[in-house]
Amino acid sequence: MSQDIILETRQLTKEFKGFVAVDGVNLKVKRGSIHALIGPNGAGKTTVFNLLTKFLPVTSGQILYNGQDITAEKPVQVARRGMVRSFQISAVFPHLTVLENVRVGLQRKLGTSFHFWKPESTLHSLNARAMELLEAVDLASFADTQTVELPYGRKRALEIATTLALDPELMLLDEPTQGMGHEDVGRVVELIRKVAANRTVLMVEHNMSVIANLSDTITVLARGSVLAEGPYETVSKDPKVLEAYVGTVEEAA
Amino acid sequence: MSRTAILYVVLLAMACIAPFVGYPLFLMKCLCFALFACAFNLLVGFTGLLSFGHAMFFGFAAYACAHSAKVWGWTPEVAILFGTLSAGLMGLVVGWLAVRRQGIYFAMVTLALSQMVYFICVQAPFTYAEDGIQGVPRGKLLGVIDLKDDMVMYYFVLAIFAAAFALIYRVIHSPFGQVLKSIRENEPRALSLGYDVDKYKLVAFVLSAALAGLAGATKSLSLGLATLTDVTWQMSGEVVLMTLLGGMGTILGPVVGASAIIAMGNYLSGFGSWVTIIMGATFVVCVLLFRRGIVGEIEHRLGKKKSP
Ligand SMILES: Nc1ncnc2c1ncn2[C@@H]1O[C@H](COP(=O)(O)OP(=O)(O)OP(=O)(O)O)[C@@H](O)[C@H]1O
Ligand SMILES: [Mg+2]
Repeated sequence: MSQDIILETRQLTKEFKGFVAVDGVNLKVKRGSIHALIGPNGAGKTTVFNLLTKFLPVTSGQILYNGQDITAEKPVQVARRGMVRSFQISAVFPHLTVLENVRVGLQRKLGTSFHFWKPESTLHSLNARAMELLEAVDLASFADTQTVELPYGRKRALEIATTLALDPELMLLDEPTQGMGHEDVGRVVELIRKVAANRTVLMVEHNMSVIANLSDTITVLARGSVLAEGPYETVSKDPKVLEAYVGTVEEAA
Repeated sequence: MSRTAILYVVLLAMACIAPFVGYPLFLMKCLCFALFACAFNLLVGFTGLLSFGHAMFFGFAAYACAHSAKVWGWTPEVAILFGTLSAGLMGLVVGWLAVRRQGIYFAMVTLALSQMVYFICVQAPFTYAEDGIQGVPRGKLLGVIDLKDDMVMYYFVLAIFAAAFALIYRVIHSPFGQVLKSIRENEPRALSLGYDVDKYKLVAFVLSAALAGLAGATKSLSLGLATLTDVTWQMSGEVVLMTLLGGMGTILGPVVGASAIIAMGNYLSGFGSWVTIIMGATFVVCVLLFRRGIVGEIEHRLGKKKSP
């Protein structure tokens, strides 16, 4: 097992009552790279994420993380190994403050998360680090705001900050720029580039300019199977890929 | 923060004067149910788990306390502790079976298990079936202070309530409470951040069950009575009602809701079976008018920004 592959799937398959959503996917994610997973709607990208992070049980196939078989592990174990995900639909804690959101991500490593007799002030030592993370996503001025009041784009940024709080080795981002305005997209792209400097990122993304901009490798998924793989220049010219996308455009029209 | 502190000091002072104005027995009953509702709220309001069987902890602890005080002659503080621990233990078993279920299935498991506890209480000899355990002696606190006098008993109950309320307040405002709130807000997200959510839910469940037991045990000593009423599903429903009426997920809401419902039950007792209907109607009106509950609505109007 070569050490420069952080994540590998072998014949990864998921069936939902006879419907095969993910079909024999072989994926290799290089350590330190930004790897994009793209494909038309319903291709199975989110399902792959759910399989990798154990939110769904695998029907067949294998998942290897740093060379170790994690196919049978639980979500908590996977997160503690350093593979942390975000969600396609913004996943924040709406009725906590923005600062508290990030702090929940930081809190676990204190080892006091079951201490129901300790005052909340014991968490204040994390505030400085939480503020740093908020600054990184331009949210420092919103620290005391109830998260529910943030605009959508800001919530997505907060979600990334919370994920970063765990300092993950491998970060899974499910459409981080979806639903964002133009300037927000630019900011998130810069943020991902920055955080990817010392970690691996696997991201699902629809925005082609974001992908062209960021990714080292692209895997194209269609109807649950891998259609093409390679750098942007090759994949974007692949007739099979164009056909898959055009196909859905026509269906949608 | 300091404004909150002032509010609590004023409330405590009022509670100290209260028995000179109102009936101590009635006030004790209010405090016990208020504690019951606060314990329940810890689960539904701060962890997001709707238990529909909390009467099993309240009612069973009442029996355990009454039995140990009356038959075994235990002193009141030990009897109450015994009732609390037995409810906590029951909470561990029930919680272990229930926390893995989501939403309505969680409520169904707790309801089913509480019905089982009810049937055990109907059959078991020590509960005296329809009669219940009557004439439970209050005994002497620590073997010294006689609790026979209602005034003395009231201050004992108030001390228990204040301590338990402070504990609940602390739990909510602790590192643990922070994780509970995040589970309430978005369980998959908490899981993805590496929190073993089922374990947190279980600890919260046991705490809530034990505190509900503390309320039931204290009630059985105050009123000298432990009956089947306290383990029925209607009682489980009543605590849901109290909490919703006062304001789920607020800190003082359950106290207000419980007091309102107990007071209504008292003043309307002349109406016989109409009480239930009047209470139901009041409840519907309240929910329609202010769905955040009484305290929740007040907090909202005051534009409270920070999460509780
Ligand atoms: N829990 C589930 N039960 C049944 N079918 C599911 C489930 N989750 C996903 N599917 C189906 O699996 C297929 C793939 O879904 P998935 O969400 O992985 O697509 P996607 O590539 O993420 O699409 P999008 O770009 O729209 O997010 C879809 O047809 C979807 O309906
Ligand atoms: Mg998706």
